Parts: sequence; C-alpha cells; structure tokens
Amino acid sequence: MFRDITLGQYYPEQSIIHRLDPRVKLLGTLVYIITLFIGKSFFVYIPAAVFLVMIIALSRVPVSYVMRGVKPIIPLIIISAAFNIILTPGNDIVSFGIIHITSEGIYMAIFMAVRLFFLITGSSILTLTTTPTALTDGLEKGLRFLIIFKVPVHEIAMMMSIALRFIPILIEETDKIRKAQMARGADFESGNIMKRAKAMIPLLVPLFVSAFRRASDLAMAMEARCYHGSQGRTRMKPLVYKRLDFIAYGIIGAYLATVIIMRACGL
Amino acid sequence: MELKTENIIYEYDSGTGYAKRALDGVNVTVRENEFIGLIGHTGSGKSTFIQHLNGLVKPTEGRVLWNGRDINSKDFDRRALRGHVGLVFQYPEYQLFETTVLKDVEFGPKNLGLSEEEALERAREALAMVGIEKEFYQVSPFNLSGGQKRRVAIAGVLAMKPDVLILDEPTAGLDPKGRDEILGRIAGIQKETGNTVILVSHSMDEIGEFVNRVLVMDEGRIVMDDEPRVVFSRLEELDKKGLSAPQITYIMRDLKKAGLDADTSALTVEEAKKSILRALKSPRGPY
Repeated sequence: MFRDITLGQYYPEQSIIHRLDPRVKLLGTLVYIITLFIGKSFFVYIPAAVFLVMIIALSRVPVSYVMRGVKPIIPLIIISAAFNIILTPGNDIVSFGIIHITSEGIYMAIFMAVRLFFLITGSSILTLTTTPTALTDGLEKGLRFLIIFKVPVHEIAMMMSIALRFIPILIEETDKIRKAQMARGADFESGNIMKRAKAMIPLLVPLFVSAFRRASDLAMAMEARCYHGSQGRTRMKPLVYKRLDFIAYGIIGAYLATVIIMRACGL
Repeated sequence: MELKTENIIYEYDSGTGYAKRALDGVNVTVRENEFIGLIGHTGSGKSTFIQHLNGLVKPTEGRVLWNGRDINSKDFDRRALRGHVGLVFQYPEYQLFETTVLKDVEFGPKNLGLSEEEALERAREALAMVGIEKEFYQVSPFNLSGGQKRRVAIAGVLAMKPDVLILDEPTAGLDPKGRDEILGRIAGIQKETGNTVILVSHSMDEIGEFVNRVLVMDEGRIVMDDEPRVVFSRLEELDKKGLSAPQITYIMRDLKKAGLDADTSALTVEEAKKSILRALKSPRGPY
C-alpha cells in the first residue's frame, strides 16, 4: 500500500538539464512561474510552451513520465475550471436559475486551466531533473543573501534535506507497524470514518515514538561528529557555475525579456 | 490443526522488468505440537515466508492452506486466522502504543471480539507466561527496559492464544541474559501448551538445543527440512549456504577427526560433555 508512493520523483539521466547548477534551475522555475502570471492573453503561452517543450526535450525525460506527475492535479484543474465557468461575470450564454455560464467564464476557465497545466509541468521538471540533495544545496547557496536578515539559511536547508531523507524510512516503518498491528488483529480497512480514525492510533503512536527516537539518535550522531551549524563549514562538492550555467541564465533572461516585451506591446 | 503452503512463489514488483523472487516454490506443512527452527541468512526469504502464514502477504502464485482452506480466498476470515496463527515481528517492542502494559496486551484479544473480562484474563495469563510481574501492569510500556518491552510485546501476541506462534528473531539486539530469558520462556510455553512454535533465527547455536525440526531457507527455497541432528550433520552443505551448525557440532567433529570416539550429533554442551567423558572413560581407552 505504501510502496506505491513515489516521492522526490527524480528521473536519473545524463542530460544538459540534469547537469545544470540547481540554482539555475530554481531561478529558471521561478522566472517561468512569474512569466505565466505576467501575460493577460493566450499569446503569452506561445513562448511559455516553446520554452517548456525545449526544456523537456533537452532533459530527455520521457513525456509520459512527465505527464504522470501532472495526473494527480487534474481534479484540481477541473474544479478550478468549473468555478471559473460559473462565477465569472459577463455575457450569459446559458443560465439555469442562479448559475450563469458566460463566454468570459469559458475563456477564463480555459486560460486558467492552461496556466495551471504549465505551472505544474514546469515545476515538476525541476524535481524530475534535480536530486533532493542538489535541490537543498541549491536553495542553501542561492538564498545565502538572506543571512543579512538573520535567516538561518543553512539550518533550514539542513532540516529540509533531513526531512526528505527520512520520508522513505518512515514509509517503511509505517508499513512494518501496520503489519505488526494487523498480526494482532487490528483492522484498518473497515468501519466508518470515526472507527477508522480510532484504528489509526495503534499505528500513529508507535510511528511518532520511533520518529522521535530516530531524531534524537541522529542529533546524537551529528553532535558526535562535531556538527555545529553553518559556521566554518565547507562542502565536499561546492556548487560552482560553469559555462553551461551562464548560457542557461542567458536563455532564461531572453525568455523573460520576450514575455515582458509582449506584455508591454499589449498582447 | 494443519498449516500448509503449496508451492508458494512471491515476487517483488511483479510484472515489471525488476521482478525479484523472494520466495521460489515453498512447500511446508506444519502440524500440532512442533517446535520448528527456521534458519537462513539475511535475504533468504524467511521474513517474507512467515508473513504468508497469517495472510499479511499474498503469494504471487501458490496457496496457503489452514486446515485445508485457502486463506487467500475471498470468503476466508483472515482477521480470525491471525488469532490462530500469531506472528511476533522483529523488534516487536516498536509496536507498543497503549497507556499501560495491561491495555497493550489486551489489544489483541479485544480485536478477536472477546469481552473485557476475557481479554483481561488472557492478558494476565500471557504476562505471567513471559514473566512480567503484577506491579508493571499499570506502568506505561514506554517506561520499561528493552527486554521487558520485548516480553510485553510477545505477550501481546500470546494473549490471542494462537495455535501456531511464529517469532521473527525474538532475541535480536538483546544481551545474552535477555536472550536466554526469552528463549527459555518460549521453550517453556511450547512445552506447557503443546502448541506449535516457529522460531526464526540465523543462529544455529540459538535454536539447536530447543527445536525438534529445522527448516533451512536459501534463496527463497526450503533446502533442508529435518530433525536438528540430521540437518547439522550436513556440515559442508550448511557452510556452502553461508550458515553454520552449532559450535558444539564443530568441536565434536574435530574431536572425532583427532581420534576421540565422540558423538558428533550432540546438540548441547551437556550432551557433548557426557559423550566426551564417556569416550575418555571407555575401557578400550579414549583413542
């Protein structure tokens, strides 16, 4: 049951996109999301689509694999489209009582659905081509300027990578405890919601206990190796920009400029 | 009572390119009043196999039969079966969750649909069997020592009064004293109740002196199924499987090679001692 969950969904490959510095990919994703919100009409989707198709092609991640990540979001897209159709004021096309379907509503629904689709696909490319470790490294270095505002960037990044590291361990642990309680006759599958929620106690209590135990063990192990936060800490594999990364920044900049110019021209 | 597996095969990621066989055609029949040791090195399929016996894992192919009925058929009550086939997982102390020891042990019997009184009665009985004193009944299980926690967890399964009790490496991570305590208790319970016990282990020394049947697993198959004496006499084969016989077997073999008329089938230190003394005192001389 828990084995089916794939998290982090990294797709191992040796493409140009995979080799980019995680900071480039993070900024690229951010820029991409911003451009999706800059545009006021469908025209802005043309460069967005070109950019996305280019990235996917370069990443060599199979399109079917990319779409698998989009699947869980489809209900969300449908619901938001439905609300847009119903709730946007404008010229009625059909109306039943208080429900008015307007041409503006349909336009808005499609516009938003496409935006959401691009948003999810774009950001899933980031996680598909970047390992969780590289991602947190990138965040740590990329957000280092926040130290001026006393933000503990290193500590936050460390917490993030530990949390990510523990997800598979805790999934396995849950599976084990669930089986152990089932061996004692526990029933997780039948009954109403209240009964099922109650049935979760024998699963959740040991899980929390073990999570705390693991956390304290890990803290002990880190202390034993003299971990004391970011001060004076160096990296085994420091992130250094290469030529490829500067080219990527150039392309991202050009893409952003295109979208801004389009907006300025009123498209 | 009969628990039988018919040619069960279990594959991880079945149907994909990465399919891996954890079990590859296992046939075992377990009857009343047996004390079975299941042995194999890490990854031999022991844990996967025992989870088939109470229906926690469904075989990819083959059947598991409880008194002749397929436990994975649609109308079979697998929850009730778990009262008959009790399974104690590795490190069972990590499944404790209740506020008191007594309540935790009552969890199993209550799941079987027993009344409060019956559940309480069984919990007390089970705790007595594992040697947990009355003064601990109202203590939080999280405040016990490691060995005590484990005994409470074992009591949690014992309280369901299973006909077959399966224990997956019950002594893992315990000190020698805790280990002897647990094994002694289990052997005592087996003798007392006459129920079947399956003890999973990777140490022959641990089980040699208790069990009356040894199953050896290797690469998802049962490669040996016999009395301990017979299994341990096949030393070379065991060595090849990365397993070893009890240390005493090696000593006796080497003594025999050195010319002493020692009984190589001795399983315990006590038996070995007797045999060596007899050989030394023999009128024909020790050699």
